[in-house]
Amino acid sequence: MHTLDSVDAASLRTDIPAFRAGDTLKVNVKIVEGTRSRVQIFQGIVISRAGGGVRETFTVRKISFGCGVERTFPVHSPALESVEVITRGDVRRAKLYYLRALRGKKAKIKEKRETVPAK
Amino acid sequence: MTTQQNARPITAVLGTKLGMTQVWDANGLLIPVTVVLVGTNVVTQVRTAETDGYAAVQLAYGQIDPRKVSQPLKGHFEKAGVTPRRHVAEVRTPDAGDYSLGQEITAVAFEAGSRVDVSGTTKGKGTAGVIKRHGFHGVGASHGAHRNHRKPGSIGGASTPSRVFKGMKMAGRMGFDKMTTQNLTVHAVDAEKGLLLVKGAVPGPRNGIVLVRTAAKGA
Repeated sequence: MHTLDSVDAASLRTDIPAFRAGDTLKVNVKIVEGTRSRVQIFQGIVISRAGGGVRETFTVRKISFGCGVERTFPVHSPALESVEVITRGDVRRAKLYYLRALRGKKAKIKEKRETVPAK
Repeated sequence: MTTQQNARPITAVLGTKLGMTQVWDANGLLIPVTVVLVGTNVVTQVRTAETDGYAAVQLAYGQIDPRKVSQPLKGHFEKAGVTPRRHVAEVRTPDAGDYSLGQEITAVAFEAGSRVDVSGTTKGKGTAGVIKRHGFHGVGASHGAHRNHRKPGSIGGASTPSRVFKGMKMAGRMGFDKMTTQNLTVHAVDAEKGLLLVKGAVPGPRNGIVLVRTAAKGA
């Protein structure tokens, strides 16, 4: 418990689902052009979550027209319309920076099997 | 005798610096803010031009163990009809007459968007050399520099003037000075918790006492 937790609580969003590195996300980003506002979709694999509290960010990587694109978003940013988890990934690392060096099938992430096998 | 008086009315409060954090503004930008706990200030004395030669308000803030208050101070607070406080500050303002003894001043005295100056006591750094204390550039790292990398170099002439000028920048005690950061913006006011969110950094350590007052400069 830190002194300023009560101040920070107002800046935190509660509508962002739980996700971790390896998950595939659909990020709906609010874009303001002059007076108009529209929503842009950025879909890809989460390769890292960094920081904590209001400053927490996550990085999403996707391959766009054969070119790797990464975008980092603040988790609690008001510019995020919504975040949807498409799939859960089965990974053993918190940071998936190794994906940057991989192409094609090798850059695929195994999907997590949700059901726990009965003992 | 009268003393020079500020033309503009000054609003001021004493508070405790709780620390820094970040908040989102209306445009979706992350703004660094310092959180100042104001709580409740009380007016303990009102100075007027007739009795004191200038108009000013004395503010008091913070809890204190009643056993630690000396008899003269106890009398001073009794006169204002308030319990003794830990910190006291005087603020010169032409509208001092509008204040009454024992009047309570809270964070609401400021509104979001107004400009303020914040004074505090900076963190003590102990004995510091000239590079840290005065921003000297030091001496080269190589080319035969002889163990004088962080030394100040010459401090003046020899037989003329055969002394070192006053105010010569040298090593010594650094920090723990009163410092004012001017023209900060009040980002938000939390009346319920008695908090002021000031955009940017203010002098002093966490839990240090700061004086927030109407900006001297600017519009």
